[in-house]
Amino acid sequence: MYGFEPTDEQKMLIGAIQKYAQKDLRGAAHDADEQGRFPHDVLQRGWELGVLQASIPEAYGGYGDRTAVTGALAAEELAWGDVAGALAVMAPGSFALPILLGGTEDQKRRWLPRLVEGDWRPFAAAVTEPSFDFYSGDLRTSARRENGDYVLRGEKCMVPFAETAEAFLVFARFEDRTQAFILPRDVDGLVIGETDPYLGFGALPMRRVRLEEARLPAENRLGGEAGFDPQPVLASANTAAAALGVGIARAAYEYALAYAKDRQAFGVPIAQKQSIAFMLAEMATEIEAARLLAWEAAWQIDAGKDAFKTSALALTCASDMAMTVTDRAVQILGGHGYIREHPVERWMRSGRGVPLLPGLAAV
Amino acid sequence: MIEFETPPTITKQMTMLGAVAEEMIRPVSRYFDDHEHEIPWTYINFMHEAMRATGAGSMAPDGGKKREGAPLGYQRLAFQIEMLSWGDAGLYLCTPGGGLGAAAVEATGTAQQKERFLTRFAGEKPVLACMAMTEPHCGSDTAAIRTRAVRDGDSWILNGEKIFVTAGNKSLIDTPGFVVVWATIDPAAGRAGMRPFVVEANTPGCRVTKLEHKLGIRSSDTASIVLENCRLPFENLLGSPEIETKPEGFRGAMATFDATRPLVSASALGVARAALELVHEHLAQQGIPVRYGLPRSRQTNLEREVIDMEAMHRSAWLMVLKAVWMADERRPNTLEASMSKVRAGDVATRITQRAVELLGPVGYSRKLLLEKWMRDAKINDIFEGTGQINRLVVARRILDYSSKELR
Repeated sequence: MYGFEPTDEQKMLIGAIQKYAQKDLRGAAHDADEQGRFPHDVLQRGWELGVLQASIPEAYGGYGDRTAVTGALAAEELAWGDVAGALAVMAPGSFALPILLGGTEDQKRRWLPRLVEGDWRPFAAAVTEPSFDFYSGDLRTSARRENGDYVLRGEKCMVPFAETAEAFLVFARFEDRTQAFILPRDVDGLVIGETDPYLGFGALPMRRVRLEEARLPAENRLGGEAGFDPQPVLASANTAAAALGVGIARAAYEYALAYAKDRQAFGVPIAQKQSIAFMLAEMATEIEAARLLAWEAAWQIDAGKDAFKTSALALTCASDMAMTVTDRAVQILGGHGYIREHPVERWMRSGRGVPLLPGLAAV
Repeated sequence: MIEFETPPTITKQMTMLGAVAEEMIRPVSRYFDDHEHEIPWTYINFMHEAMRATGAGSMAPDGGKKREGAPLGYQRLAFQIEMLSWGDAGLYLCTPGGGLGAAAVEATGTAQQKERFLTRFAGEKPVLACMAMTEPHCGSDTAAIRTRAVRDGDSWILNGEKIFVTAGNKSLIDTPGFVVVWATIDPAAGRAGMRPFVVEANTPGCRVTKLEHKLGIRSSDTASIVLENCRLPFENLLGSPEIETKPEGFRGAMATFDATRPLVSASALGVARAALELVHEHLAQQGIPVRYGLPRSRQTNLEREVIDMEAMHRSAWLMVLKAVWMADERRPNTLEASMSKVRAGDVATRITQRAVELLGPVGYSRKLLLEKWMRDAKINDIFEGTGQINRLVVARRILDYSSKELR
């Protein structure tokens, strides 16, 4: 069957996230973007919504089963508040969900409970690399086997909370496949590098991480000796990214719509001019299109189908859409869209970053 | 619940309908494009028999019957129309059954009127029905129609001219069907005066005066209809007589469009899918893979184009499904119906145009059907509300503006 309405349980969660996104994330977003981080208590309140905890089974310290559809709904709502805040709150998830999907039983028991029980604590995935043609399926960071250990070399960028993370999940090429390795923070050869400035996501502290012959015992390879299948993890990341893109765009669209109904020109609100009204109609249409594709990818994940292709389509759709919609929002506000007193310029900067989000999130 | 599983009953039907589209429709597609006003009787008769055999009767949702489980009528229709249009969008429009005419009866008629007008589709012979709104001087501005209905005792007398009536000839001349004519009972009242009237085939005073020559969907006739002192029984005014004094007429027209716009979108996307599949076939023949999930820097231009087209197509189809799902759930879907039409009209046009470009001289050639699909697709951004009118509908809804506030 087809269905397009969240369950009552999902609606309750969305409602709770909406309050948090409005009050906490929106309230702190402007200053956080300029200062480079959200206050810890904001992240803690986001963590207490329990989005990640609810997707980890009880056996591993959580209180539910992962559903990507719920994750996508949550991601949109959080990103509506602020995408950097969403990424910060979800950061432990980008470490935990690949372990849940591809880890051995030992790895799940060892890492998941300490991550989901208690307060928000920094854990990070290190995926992105500093080259223009970065692609998660063909990484430059490499792993090799040496005396039963794995040795990692390479450089990562855009690693959230690298400064304080308790452990890293580092993605690297091993035997021509993308594989992942769990690195506790004290591993020799794991060097925390500088902070790179980026166009958007200003409130998410990210650093470079260098792997200088970082040596790990064999048990730290995700999935153990056999490794793991990266496709489901990539599908999850693409889907999360698409849903986040929808959230960014919806924020910009709603703001521009309210502004257009209020702002007067030639004696009427500018929203009464077709040139503005049609832009808004197209924005609403494109947001809905991208949202439904993200939902379908998420549903495929939950239904145990191969969601990779749909997730890739969803990401393509959401990337273009988020850029276009946020750009038009700035356009509708005119000069007011260009100044940092209004949040739409920030959403436009975030909007361009959607293609990079799969390196930073999972559902 | 959010879910995307095609119900097995629909999947099964699609297998059969897919075979019809491929083996029956595609082989004659070019012929009827080349022979504009010939009537595809083989197709029409076959579809009529097939629908009678399955008990579908008309293409009105669920044929008026109650089925087990969740209602699927509009969803099933969307799938059927998509598949037939994948075969040929013009021939799909020749499918016997109610079409827009039945949709208007369905949206505005009383139970008695539905019984009276809709049962004919399940009879011995194929019957079509259509709807007439556009006039020579007005299209999108429906409230400006001048066709006049005047009450005369137990009758209505209609005078006026309608143009661009899809399947007008097949509904009035080639089969004993009907046309739902929108006319005004009070020209001073604007949209409040609009009313739908059923004009049956062979009604004196109703003539088909012209068949258009078109860019595409050529196997579907597009007729002009002139009404000259056309006398109708009083009960041919759709809706209960009490409503006659209330400003419900325009709303009835809009309710019809809420039901039919997603179905037009479905037709558009059937054509677009045909084009997209052809592009894939040609790439596969040349051994050119389409790799998914690569960043922009690693994609070829071809891959980027094809993936874009697929993303546009799939997302538009999901919007259609949402709009028809809402119709089945009896939820108001004006916004979603128009959104789906905005999106599908856009993407079907773009996908088919790009596909012709991508395949170069092969795509431009009339030896393939691709150039035809490009011509066929364009109508979907025009009929049943242009892309611009649908943007207006969407804009008014999201802004919560009346038609006075946003003109």
